[in-house]
Amino acid sequence: MQLSRDQLLRAYRQMKVIREFEERLHVDIQTGEIAGFTHLYCGQEAVAVGVCEHLSTDDKIVSTHRGHGHCLAKGCDVDGMMAEIWGSRDGLCKGKGGSMHIADVDKGMLGANGIVGAGAPIAVGAGIAAKIDRKGHVAIAFSGDGACNQGTTFEAMNMAVVTKAACIFVFENNHYSEHTGFEYAVGTNKDIASRAEAFGMKIWRGDGTDFFSVFETMREVLDYVRAPGNGPAAVEFDTERFFGHFEGDPQRYRGPGELDRIRETRDCLKKFRASVTGAGLLSDADLDTVDADVMEAIETAVTKAKAAPRPKPEDVLEDVYISY
Amino acid sequence: MARMMYREAVLSTIAEEMERDENVVVLGEDVVGGNGTAGGPEAIGGIWSTSAGLYGKFGADRVIDTPISESAIMGAAAGLALTGKRPVAELMFADFIGVSLDQIWNQLAKFRYMFGGKTKCPAVIRMAWGAGYNAAAQHSQAVHHILTGMPGLKVVMPSTPADVKGLLRTAIRDDDPVIFLEHKALYGVKGEVPDDKDFMIPFGHARLSRAGNDVTIVSTGLLLGFCEAVADKLAAEGIGCDVIDLRTTSPLDEEAILDSVEVTGRLVVVDETNPRCSLAGDICAMVAEKAFASLKAPPISVTPPHTPVPFARELETAYLPSIPKIEAAVRKVLSYR
Repeated sequence: MQLSRDQLLRAYRQMKVIREFEERLHVDIQTGEIAGFTHLYCGQEAVAVGVCEHLSTDDKIVSTHRGHGHCLAKGCDVDGMMAEIWGSRDGLCKGKGGSMHIADVDKGMLGANGIVGAGAPIAVGAGIAAKIDRKGHVAIAFSGDGACNQGTTFEAMNMAVVTKAACIFVFENNHYSEHTGFEYAVGTNKDIASRAEAFGMKIWRGDGTDFFSVFETMREVLDYVRAPGNGPAAVEFDTERFFGHFEGDPQRYRGPGELDRIRETRDCLKKFRASVTGAGLLSDADLDTVDADVMEAIETAVTKAKAAPRPKPEDVLEDVYISY
Repeated sequence: MARMMYREAVLSTIAEEMERDENVVVLGEDVVGGNGTAGGPEAIGGIWSTSAGLYGKFGADRVIDTPISESAIMGAAAGLALTGKRPVAELMFADFIGVSLDQIWNQLAKFRYMFGGKTKCPAVIRMAWGAGYNAAAQHSQAVHHILTGMPGLKVVMPSTPADVKGLLRTAIRDDDPVIFLEHKALYGVKGEVPDDKDFMIPFGHARLSRAGNDVTIVSTGLLLGFCEAVADKLAAEGIGCDVIDLRTTSPLDEEAILDSVEVTGRLVVVDETNPRCSLAGDICAMVAEKAFASLKAPPISVTPPHTPVPFARELETAYLPSIPKIEAAVRKVLSYR
């Protein structure tokens, strides 16, 4: 189905926001001003955006430690996220979560997650709630090729099938679970989707470096899961991770020229631009305008984050309980 | 008032709350039971009979039989709670926190804090706990000291059917995650229970089950009854014991303990967890820090030894605190000069 000009511009902008948000963090983290562990989503933007462009705030997602892209794609505020990563009191989580725990439940974003494989069971709960409510909403668990090896993910897939939860397991195969290769760590030695199929789910596969592949695949997946009675589904997107597992990772596991090659041939933003300009749907000038706008937005977010008030020592005691 | 068993108080409270609030859902292993068998649904109704009849009354959407997947059960409870439901999830044995702890500890307990106070997570996790059934090391444990040490969780331990009623209702209506620990040996115990369908007992308020001025005994769960028996025996000798039923270990009613110790000056803590990093050690330390001047004797704790729960009857008896062991501890703390 052909997307409108506005839809195309919006999708491109969303991917560009994620890209520049992460590229900027990659630079700023090296100054030592940003505390903690950060895992960047660069390279996988087409997946988060291709999935989330189909969703409303009533659809839920559960994310991972590499969660910035999912958060931004689901509508989390850019300024609030940057402020959170800078540990500010104005952050989305008041500086209590940081990079790995960004959440905005009102937007249907049930949290990034520092524990690999922890998200899938939570998404099953949200998917059961969606099934009970019978409004056609869904819950999506983003997992990587690392999380696909956790027992929690296996339990979640079986339980989703058994309970007919309105749940979608989106596996982003970026070929690295932390610093270990997919071909070593995933015993099926072939793919992740076939595992999901073995649990009794209908499965799809798509190119996670191509927005249009993700978007069109997800249209089918969502039509299936939103229909009453079908239960869960799974989809695997083959994608790339442009940075290390965490910021500071020397990436000694990469092959010669690998990073240059994937940046050249597997960049979802370059592919999108080539596709839409080649088809005459958008011009380079249209996209350049978006680029400039996004760069300005990121600069603003960083400026605000740096100037934002720091948490107060007494804040440490707040928000543990609603009442105690 | 109605006379009912501890387990009946669990079941009737869940049923009343499901009736009152359609967002209350029950999930766990065999909570329906019999699904996929010749016997059909509700052949079991929960291995503790604490969900019998709920499936027939409230349907499959709200009474959810799960596979044996404790992580997924706890995670699903978390996901349900984050999206507007009030899950009451059953972990068949408290010992099974071992295979599901991440979802309890790193997820449920921490969502609100990690997310900057912008969400609530109204989940109740029910667990059957405690020794006394020769169920050995993996089906008998007391784990409340582990869970009490986790910020973000509330930990509730009713000792009577009436407290089950009042505390479970509070737990289900509470907007924070609550661990609700049901002692296996109490399921068949009967007691008077208020009929009021809004009867609630607030968390963090201990119950004084015996009053006396000579010794403070702090306990909860099955062992509370043992402490009461000791107090009754000593009362005949003219020795007065305050017996404090904690009801909840998180929050902890420090004030009730300190107020009592200020009068008695002598403290015995009786608990079923192992002694190291334990609830008993925690309470003794708290009293030493906050009421040192009131103490007339070193506090004594009565706990199992630093061993797993053994199987054979003789061994389990040796392992568990008992009425004679508690009585000996009380006499020892009284004899200190």
